[in-house]
Amino acid sequence: MAEIKNYSINFGPQHPAAHGVLRLVLELDGEVVVRADPHIGLLHRATEKLIETRTWLQSVPYMDRLDYVSMMCNEHAYCLAVERLIGVEVPLRAQYIRVFMDEVTRILNHLLNIGTHALDIGAMTMVLYTFREREDLLDVYEAVSGARLHAAYYRPGGVYRDLPESMPRYTENKFKDPATVKRLNAAREGSLLDFVEDFCNRFDGYLDEYHTLLTDNRIWKQRTVDVAVVSPERALQLGFTGPMLRGSGVEWDLRKKQPYEVYDRMQFDIPVGSNGDCYDRYLVRMEEMRQSNGIVRQCIDWLRKNPGPVITASHKVAPPAREAMKANMEELIHHFKLFSEGMHVPAGEVYAAIEHPKGEFGVWAVSDGANKPYRLKLRSPGFPHLAATHEMAKGHMLADVTAIIGTIDLVLGDTDR
Amino acid sequence: MEALVLQLFQSFWNIFGLWDVLWGVIQPVWPLIWVVIKIVVLLIPLMLGVAYLTFWERKIIGWMQVRIGPNRVGPWGLLQPIADGMKLFFKEIVIPTKADGALFLLAPVLAIAPALAAWSVVPFFEGGALANLDAGVLYLLAITSVGVYGIIIAGWASNSKYPFLGAMRSAAQMVSYEVSMGMALIVVLMVSHSLNLSDIVRAQGHGRFAEMGLGVLSWNWIPLFPMFLVYLISGVAETNRAPFDVVEGESEIVAGHMVEYSGMAFAMFFLAEYANMILVSAMVAIFFLGGWLSPVGFLPDGIWWLLGKAALMLFLFLWLRATFPRYRYDQIMRLGWKVFVPLCLVWIPFIGVWMMSPFNIWK
Repeated sequence: MAEIKNYSINFGPQHPAAHGVLRLVLELDGEVVVRADPHIGLLHRATEKLIETRTWLQSVPYMDRLDYVSMMCNEHAYCLAVERLIGVEVPLRAQYIRVFMDEVTRILNHLLNIGTHALDIGAMTMVLYTFREREDLLDVYEAVSGARLHAAYYRPGGVYRDLPESMPRYTENKFKDPATVKRLNAAREGSLLDFVEDFCNRFDGYLDEYHTLLTDNRIWKQRTVDVAVVSPERALQLGFTGPMLRGSGVEWDLRKKQPYEVYDRMQFDIPVGSNGDCYDRYLVRMEEMRQSNGIVRQCIDWLRKNPGPVITASHKVAPPAREAMKANMEELIHHFKLFSEGMHVPAGEVYAAIEHPKGEFGVWAVSDGANKPYRLKLRSPGFPHLAATHEMAKGHMLADVTAIIGTIDLVLGDTDR
Repeated sequence: MEALVLQLFQSFWNIFGLWDVLWGVIQPVWPLIWVVIKIVVLLIPLMLGVAYLTFWERKIIGWMQVRIGPNRVGPWGLLQPIADGMKLFFKEIVIPTKADGALFLLAPVLAIAPALAAWSVVPFFEGGALANLDAGVLYLLAITSVGVYGIIIAGWASNSKYPFLGAMRSAAQMVSYEVSMGMALIVVLMVSHSLNLSDIVRAQGHGRFAEMGLGVLSWNWIPLFPMFLVYLISGVAETNRAPFDVVEGESEIVAGHMVEYSGMAFAMFFLAEYANMILVSAMVAIFFLGGWLSPVGFLPDGIWWLLGKAALMLFLFLWLRATFPRYRYDQIMRLGWKVFVPLCLVWIPFIGVWMMSPFNIWK
């Protein structure tokens, strides 16, 4: 009798469904997964170590490169940590801007996740629809910070600058006739807030479109319902956070449970699932986008009515105004010290966590009083989720592995750091 | 037709006064030459149709996905399929070291040959089939089932893991959907009293509605509606198109049996898939939508009706691809064996009883 062995295949790092550079070593019995072994580290850039050699301010852009689909949320946790160590007060308007941009980021992240999740399961049209909406939101990113992805917009003590009063517009050229340009610029005539409000008004309709395409689709349900079920107890034991935890039915959201910035002033609900399968996690994400849309609207209302400073006045943390720096000796010295030596953070340690679109993103910072962190540890939400791949995939079929990778909402930049 | 072509040849070669010499040489093999000419006349439009189907697919799906689709090569991108073909033609065919070379190269041939050979029995218009076989349906079923060997052999000969999984999937999937396809056809045969494709089309031209000038209501698709659906869906599954494209299953097994193929060897699989799509669409049109028959009495019958109906079905194929997620492999099996086969098994006796009853509409 011939010896029957399981079949092991390399799922990634070069695979259409291995998000980024995930390498899964799968042991298959026919098509059934016996063991799923995630190998990470292909995108390891030693961020935590690099940060130890940079001043506190210089490390902000590293945060963008962690989870490169929800950039500002990463910056947010870092800035919160630094602010808590220094004890600096962030102006209220800056707090609103941060909440506003965080929720824009959450929509960006979930749009990408739902699009690629559907693409992995074979519904290729979804990803193009969600990218149509992402395009508008990335324009928002570009308008506030100048960069579509790596924004570096949040700073310890506030945000880099106030929201712009005008949106960049399309111009006529060989490929865009006046009518097209007029249509594209229709929402861009006013300020950034007007543009985002226009988006918010359209976005609920878009969400309904997604629901028609996927939510009641029999094939979509067959592919996601009862796939990768995680019980609430097990989800807690595995260290799940964010939609992965809420999909299992645990109502846990740092925005409500440990409110930071102005989340305690916002009206929104926490959606939770009941079965803890891929379908529930999908529904949780869809509903979170609707809630985020509501939060963005509330922020727009407040930001319209309340102008003010957007970064702290303490020149030990934030640079002085450019004009003042050119005119006064005092400001010039502050500017020079801040950008050469950097800020000194009092000795101590702090853990700051935010409700990142993927879960709890935390920054544990230790300072010895110098101008650089002594140690900085990042708690990425994707890591524990990925660690549970085997448990979720065991006993399912090969095709379900793609559904599971999709539902984890994996970004290797964040997992590997 | 044959005489006309011969006459044309004769007058051409007579210009040089060579006709008598030439005819002496080719007369013994003329029937063969005539068949080859007919095949070429059939295949050239078919291959062009395949090429432009790929283009049309990219355009249609592009529009459905708020994109433009290919528009760079030639006016409106119309030369795109030609450019793609040229590219594939000049690419090297890489044979993996550990692959079985002979089988590896045989597989694409086995995939495309049946996809083209099946066209010989398709009646395009009244009397317009290359071979008017009385057992046309059997020929068709037999030839199309050979196509799966191309995929299985490709998966096996590649000696690689993903292709092997693809081969296993295709072996199971295509075999099970052939069962439901064949059973759906049994019902068509019962009501048409013939295995000849032309007769099947003609049988749809009779009936109460056809005499009233509304042929569209006399076609098989209304009385045999469940079988129409079974055949259509099985056809999508049989050609490995979305949502049943688990054999290629891009996000699962990369490209299945085609992973190791490049250049023209890959193009053969690609062409076979699209030729099969056109074939299945034409078959749906012939078995259920009245082939070349006109839907209403005041318009003449003709080949354009067949092409139009096939084009409609092809659009459906593309529309499905843009809309649906992919089934899982075991779910496809379940749909085939637990839904379609029982449905056919119920419908065959039902139609049988109907035909024996006084309400028989197929006399």
